[in-house]
Amino acid sequence: MNARQAPLDTPLIELINVTKSYGSGSASMQALRGVNLTIHAGEFVAIMGASGSGKSTVMNLIGCLDTPTTGSYRFKGIAVEQLDRNQRAQLRRYELGFVFQGFNLLSRTSALENVELPLIYRGLPNAERRQLALNALVTVGLQGWANHTPSELSGGQQQRVAIARAIVTQPAVLLADEPTGNLDSARSIEVMEMITRFNQELGITVVMVTHEPDMAAFASRVVHFHDGLVASDVQKPGASS
Amino acid sequence: MIWNTILLALREIRRNVLRSFLTVLGIVIGVAAVIIMVTLGGGVTVKVGDQISSLGSNLLIITPGKRMGPGQVSGAGPFKIDDATTIAREIPGLAAVAPMSSRAMTVVFGNQNWSTMVSGITDEYFTARNWAVQAGRQFNASELRSGAAVCIIGATVQTKLFGNQTAVGQRIRLQKIACEVIGVMDAKGQSTMGTDQDDLVLMPLRTFQRRIAGNTDVNMIQVSAQKGVSTEKVQRDIERLLHELRHIPANSENDFNVMDMKEITKMLTNTTKVLTGLLGAVAAVSLLVGGIGIMNIMLVSVTERTREIGIRMAIGAMEREVLLQFLVEAIVLSSFGGLIGIVLALGGSFAIASALSVPFIFNAQIVLIAFLFSAAVGVIFGYFPARKAARLDPIEALRHE
Ligand SMILES: Nc1ncnc2c1ncn2[C@@H]1O[C@H](COP(=O)(O)OP(=O)(O)O)[C@@H](O)[C@H]1O
Ligand SMILES: [Mg+2]
Repeated sequence: MNARQAPLDTPLIELINVTKSYGSGSASMQALRGVNLTIHAGEFVAIMGASGSGKSTVMNLIGCLDTPTTGSYRFKGIAVEQLDRNQRAQLRRYELGFVFQGFNLLSRTSALENVELPLIYRGLPNAERRQLALNALVTVGLQGWANHTPSELSGGQQQRVAIARAIVTQPAVLLADEPTGNLDSARSIEVMEMITRFNQELGITVVMVTHEPDMAAFASRVVHFHDGLVASDVQKPGASS
Repeated sequence: MIWNTILLALREIRRNVLRSFLTVLGIVIGVAAVIIMVTLGGGVTVKVGDQISSLGSNLLIITPGKRMGPGQVSGAGPFKIDDATTIAREIPGLAAVAPMSSRAMTVVFGNQNWSTMVSGITDEYFTARNWAVQAGRQFNASELRSGAAVCIIGATVQTKLFGNQTAVGQRIRLQKIACEVIGVMDAKGQSTMGTDQDDLVLMPLRTFQRRIAGNTDVNMIQVSAQKGVSTEKVQRDIERLLHELRHIPANSENDFNVMDMKEITKMLTNTTKVLTGLLGAVAAVSLLVGGIGIMNIMLVSVTERTREIGIRMAIGAMEREVLLQFLVEAIVLSSFGGLIGIVLALGGSFAIASALSVPFIFNAQIVLIAFLFSAAVGVIFGYFPARKAARLDPIEALRHE
């Protein structure tokens, strides 16, 4: 995987005429109908749009969990649709971090062990893994909660564990699909401030789906989806890309 | 990598201790059953051997017929009393040569009857078997010579027919003949093979031949060698002598058998070994059932943990790693089950062995085999669920529930 050696001017994420269909024959439906989207390293992109407009579908593609039906998706210049399952898993492992609406933590597993998980797959030695995971928990303000299981944590705390798990590997991209969808507004703002900090301080590229304009306001760029197509793509004035 | 996988598996098992234990219960029972069966079988084999050699290491048993296998003989002419006399005369170094003939019969006293083994013997029997009467007396010379209707009974027959009453002096019926009880043998108790050594009636060989068998056959000759005389040499001498007496052509097989105690021990222990093997095999089936139990629970677990698998895949787990995780989980589980089974089995077979007064003999080989087998069960029955987990689609898996 020579992803990190891509030329400097290569976009981090490049969707070229991407379509995605589900099902086949008469039951087939097109979730994406020719999406072109380019995201550069360091950007903070919010994706908005009505329910069913294809936001999650495009996130799954960007996250290398799925491949386009037609068109091309290039990550650091690599055509992801030409990679096999394992190569895509490697990309996720080394380049991507996920935050989901439903937190998706392992139940009956401590916060610390949840955060350690991606480091286990990276094969880090015990002590280093533990230290990095503890540091990540401190970064999201959960020092002292390391040994609590998800059921002992509030929704906001669980989402912060999930964020710690996503950034503990210092990924190139943080993908967040409605990360504040299950949180009240105070918790939502905490989480958004945290994500913004990772974008600005660690230079992690963020792609985030949200329904709420308040949350989208944290981003430097807002992309609107409508019916499987990009309807608008607005760069915030004054924000750098 | 493999260590990380084992770590993940251990975490998973720890996450649900009760279910993990129930999952492996089948393996625990299977492994314990196999080890207990084989360990006890080994103990019984040793005990049988011990008991036979306690009969006297200098005893030889001569029977007519070729030996086909354990306990099997093909028909051949019986011996006559002269064979025993000739052996006693021609072979040096013998303490006793005891010809005998036996038959299973019902003995009757009053309204009691009891079926037992009736044997015609000579005086030498008591010497050869190193056995004596506890009440009454042995046969005298004139009874033996004339074939008098007298008998000596075993302790079991005494109890069954007479209870606490005195048997000596009473008459018992054997078919048509009435027979006076003149003695009761010392009680010997059960043999390891479960036969009651005291369940017998002895009478003069001549009486047996004339009144019961109606012939002059001898079914068995027991020979005891004098102290310090090699039984191997006596055995060879007897074989050579009988070969000649029975006119067997030089290159054909003998139609009789001379067994010393070592051979008899071997024959019987072979039988118990076969039995042990069979019991062990039955127990092994329960291991298989345990394996199916593991597969069942692992399949349920894969479905239950679909979302978790999705999370792992999103985080970057490869197909191979998910497969390995579930496989290692199954192997670790079943090996744990094996270990618990081994501990239980060692405790259990020790307790049962002492209860049955059979020696407890630790069999490291079967413990190792049972352990490896339990691990193998994990591999075999864990593979299918693991593959199912590894092939899940990450998006579908994440959306599960
Ligand atoms: N696995 C799937 N099978 C069939 N249809 C799907 C699947 N995933 C999404 N869709 C459909 O594709 C469209 C876009 O879905 P999605 O990307 O989840 O929308 P959003 O996240 O914007 O609400 C929807 O109409 C949805 O029903
Ligand atoms: Mg969605």
